[in-house]
Amino acid sequence: MKTPYSAFSLLRGALNGQKHWEPAWRDPEPRASYDVIIIGGGGHGLATAYYLAKVHGIRNVAVLEKSWIGGGNVGRNTTLVRSNYRLPQLHNFFEFGLKLWHNLSDDLNYNVMFSPRGAMFLGHNDGDMIKLAERGDAMRCDGIDAELLSPKQIAKIEPLLDLSRNARFPIDGALIQWRAGTARHDAVAWGYARAADALGVDIIQKCEVTGFVKDGNRITGVETTRGRILAGRTGICVAGHSGHVAGLAGLRLPIESQTLQALVTEGVKPMVQSVVMSQSLHFYISQSDKGGIVMGGDPDNWPSYARRGQPTIKEHAIAQAVTVMPALSRLRMLRTWSGVTDMSFDGAPIIGLSPIDGLYLNAGWCYGGFKATPASGWTYAHTLATGRPHELNAPFSLERFMTGATIDEAAVGPFPNHR
Amino acid sequence: MYQITCPHCGPRAQTEFTYERTTDSVVDPAGDASTAMQALYTRANPMGLDDEIWRHTYGCRAWMVLTRHRVTHEIHAVKAIGPEALP
Repeated sequence: MKTPYSAFSLLRGALNGQKHWEPAWRDPEPRASYDVIIIGGGGHGLATAYYLAKVHGIRNVAVLEKSWIGGGNVGRNTTLVRSNYRLPQLHNFFEFGLKLWHNLSDDLNYNVMFSPRGAMFLGHNDGDMIKLAERGDAMRCDGIDAELLSPKQIAKIEPLLDLSRNARFPIDGALIQWRAGTARHDAVAWGYARAADALGVDIIQKCEVTGFVKDGNRITGVETTRGRILAGRTGICVAGHSGHVAGLAGLRLPIESQTLQALVTEGVKPMVQSVVMSQSLHFYISQSDKGGIVMGGDPDNWPSYARRGQPTIKEHAIAQAVTVMPALSRLRMLRTWSGVTDMSFDGAPIIGLSPIDGLYLNAGWCYGGFKATPASGWTYAHTLATGRPHELNAPFSLERFMTGATIDEAAVGPFPNHR
Repeated sequence: MYQITCPHCGPRAQTEFTYERTTDSVVDPAGDASTAMQALYTRANPMGLDDEIWRHTYGCRAWMVLTRHRVTHEIHAVKAIGPEALP
């Protein structure tokens, strides 16, 4: 067992020339077989491995990552954590996760810097405010915090918003979830990796899955760039590349991969206190602990695995953010990046069984996967351990598209590019 | 940003075009419920070439099929569709 991180161990290290540091996780060679293989060493995959070992006692587990852990979407998101969804299947799932977030640093013995600073959706007209009030009511019926704010109350939290009546996008109010906030994305991946490794999980990097080992209608292992590895159960957990990896097993998913971009400005003194979002427009802004303003907007609305975005889409998000908070126009952009998002055909994820025995799916997170990391890992671990979905992920089966039980928060229909 | 060569207008900025869906996701009116479900709700989503229906929405409004690479964004072929494509 590794020495736990603590103030005491830091102090002792200070007296001993900081010689006590050791790698946070091992770099093992893959074994010939495992009880469970998880394809994808992102946040969700690492969380799944951790909860498999911790909650279900299944420690003969490998996480296979084609490049390095945390190099995909868990390192490319805008770090927002919230559970303010309208539909009960979604807000109950994310709320379970939000409760895990509030205790995650203690649980992992790793500071994930979770900062529940409040997340608000702005309303720009009567229609918006009715929708936000309805969403807040639906959340409160299930015991989730939500509060409608007047423009005066918003001004106290975010004085830099343009709250004048002649603004291009007048602000009529907002719905805030105080327990929502942000977290340090890399620390989430590293914290789960370290904790899973300590419980015996093998994290195998630079190991790309190139095919599946099949026995009739059963997957019994994977072919990788580091040889064949057999598994009792195999779980796909590869976010934007879900369509590609499921395709190796002969599956076609209700998923289309698109580019989602984000950007950060130079660091400045505190100017955005909460997370400010607008779904009528489409942008979201928050300030990182380093001081940079992190923002994003719509996906590039056509299929791509390129991880490079279209500048006009960024421009659109920036224009909206600057219109709503004019002081942002004085900042310089520091960095932009893109990730490949797995846009599902109802906007909700798919976690559960696949039509192939021994193969399980965790995909379709669209642009909202980061906040789901603990809940996704917890329920996927349950599914992989028992062969059955947890009650929280039961609604998110692949069959729902066949049976018509889609979970379409935005009521858009099967067109990810219109979402 | 890149350019798309519209079969009617020639090379234009990509921002004038919108993506609709892939050619294999057009529902066959003569097909049964299962083929409609396949067309509406599943995609090959390859890390390579796919045939996609695009529209020159902010130009001549014509529909076309692009054979486009999903990783390099290279456009291998553009084909006009609809009445405009008739001889």
